[in-house]
Amino acid sequence: MQNIKYSKKVKEHFLHPHNMGKIKNADGIGKLGNPACGDVMYIYLKIIKKNEKEIIKDIKFQTMGCAAAISTSSMITDIVKGKTLEEAFKITNKDVAKELDGLPPIKMHCSNLAADVLKEAIKDYYNKQKNRKIKYEKTACYKCCDSKKEMD
Amino acid sequence: MKQIYLDYAATTPVVKEVYDEMKDYFLKNYGNTSSLHILGQNADEKVEKVREKIKQKLNAKDHKVIFTSGGTESNNLAIKGLVYANKEKKHIIISKIEHDCILKTAKFLEKQGYEVTYLNVDKEGFIDLKQLEKSIKKETILVSIMHANNEIGTLQNLKEIGKICKEKKVLFHTDACQSFTKEKIDLEEFNIDLITINAHKIYGPKGIGALVIKNGIKLTPLLHGGGHEYGFRSGTLNVPAIIGFGKAIDVISKEDIKKMIDLRNYMIKEILKKIPTSKLNGPTENRLCNNLNFLFNYIEGESILLQLDMEGICISTGSACSSNTLETNHVANAIGIPKDKANGIIRISLGIETTKEETDIFIEKLIKIVKRLTDMSPLTK
Repeated sequence: MQNIKYSKKVKEHFLHPHNMGKIKNADGIGKLGNPACGDVMYIYLKIIKKNEKEIIKDIKFQTMGCAAAISTSSMITDIVKGKTLEEAFKITNKDVAKELDGLPPIKMHCSNLAADVLKEAIKDYYNKQKNRKIKYEKTACYKCCDSKKEMD
Repeated sequence: MKQIYLDYAATTPVVKEVYDEMKDYFLKNYGNTSSLHILGQNADEKVEKVREKIKQKLNAKDHKVIFTSGGTESNNLAIKGLVYANKEKKHIIISKIEHDCILKTAKFLEKQGYEVTYLNVDKEGFIDLKQLEKSIKKETILVSIMHANNEIGTLQNLKEIGKICKEKKVLFHTDACQSFTKEKIDLEEFNIDLITINAHKIYGPKGIGALVIKNGIKLTPLLHGGGHEYGFRSGTLNVPAIIGFGKAIDVISKEDIKKMIDLRNYMIKEILKKIPTSKLNGPTENRLCNNLNFLFNYIEGESILLQLDMEGICISTGSACSSNTLETNHVANAIGIPKDKANGIIRISLGIETTKEETDIFIEKLIKIVKRLTDMSPLTK
C-alpha cells in the first residue's frame, strides 16, 4: 500500500488556492474530468491582444477533487497568467507537478490534469476565433475509474 | 495542537489498564505456553483463562477459541480452512459488503473452482433474508455475513441468519471485529458456528485476534507447524497480546455504549441540519453505536480528510484500506451510491474517550471545510 504524502507546496496551494472562481464572459473555457474518478476541473480565460500577441490577462479555475487536483489547478493559473497562448500551450501536466515539488505517484494518473484543461480552454478560445483549429493529446486519464477492476 | 481522533473503527489506542496487564508478560512471565516448566505452565494457565473469558462473553457453550494474528487471518482461516477441509461441498455465500479479507478470499476461491454467491444489500446495507434462504443449496458449505459493517455500521440480524442456516444445515460464520463487546452476540441464541473477533478495535493490542469455532468443525490449517491451537493454527502463542486481548474485553462499558449512541445521534442530527449537501449513509436503526458515514455532494472525501488532518482531526474516507487505491468503494456501490458521488464519502467513528466538546469542534470545522470545497467545485448547482 502506498502512502499519500503531499509536498509542502501542494498543501499550501490546497489550503490557499490562487485564482479560484469563475470569469464572466470568459474568452475560453476548458472543462475536463470524471466525477467517478473524483476529479473535475474547469478553467476560464480572459485574453487580450498586445503587439499581435494573445496574452492570458486573467485565469480562474473551479475544481472538484483531491489536494492534487486542487493544487495543480491553482499552480497552473500562477504559471500561465500573463503568458502568451503559445507559451501557455507548451505547459504539460508533468511541468505542473514539478512546480509543486512532485505529486504522489498514484495521483499522477487521474488528478494531474490541469495542463490538459488549460489546453482545452485555449482550444475553446481558438474555436471561437473562426478557422483556427488546434489539436493536442490529453495526457491524464479520464476513463480508468469507469472500468470495473478485477480484484486479486 | 490537540489531536482529535475520530477513527476508532480503524483502530483504537491500547488503554492503560490493558497495557499494564500486558507488561509483565514481556518482562517476567515470558514463558512459551508449550514449555513444561513453571514459566511455560504459568503462561499457559493465563492464556486458558482468556479463552474461557472470550467464551463467556460470547456465550459459547460448545466452542473452541483459536488465537490468530487478527481479523484478516481469522476470516481467511474460517473460509479457506473450512472449504479445504470439506472438499465435497463447493459453494459459499457471502454479502457484497463484507470486508476485503472476506471478499478477496472468496475471489481467490472462485479462481480455484469454488462457487460464490454475493448477496445484495438494500440501500441501508441489510441483506435480504429471503435471498439468503433461496441461495442455499445442497453444495453450500458456509454462509459468512459480517455483523457490523465497518464503513456504514449496518448491524445484520444475526439471529435470523443463524436460524436460516440451522434449518438449511449449513455452517454460519460472522466477522464481528467491529461489534465485539459493543453489541450483543450470543453464539447459542444466534446459532453461530464460527466467529471472527480481534483486540485492536476494543482498546487491546494489534496483531491478535481469534476465530471461535463450534466443536466438531474441521478446518485445514493455513499455518502448519507445532500443532498449536488444536492443530488449527501453529506458531508460538503471542502471550502478552492474548493477555491484553483478555483485559480489553472489559474496557467498553454499557455506559460507554450509551454515551457513544447519544453522541452519534447528536452528530447525525447536527451535520444533516447544518450541511445541506450532506446525506447519511447506512441505517438510522440497527446501526453500530460508534459509526457515522456521510456523503457530501460536489466534493471529494480525501480533501475533507486532508484538511481536517491539517487541523488536528483524524477521520477516514470509506475504509482505511480503500483510501490509498483508486478503486471505488464496494460498499458504496452495493448500497446504490452512483460512482460519480462515491468519492464524497467520509467515515467518522467514535470511541469511549470521545467528548461532546470534541464532536462540536469537529462539526464546526467540517461545516467550514465542506463550504470551502463546495464553493470551489464546478459541480455546485
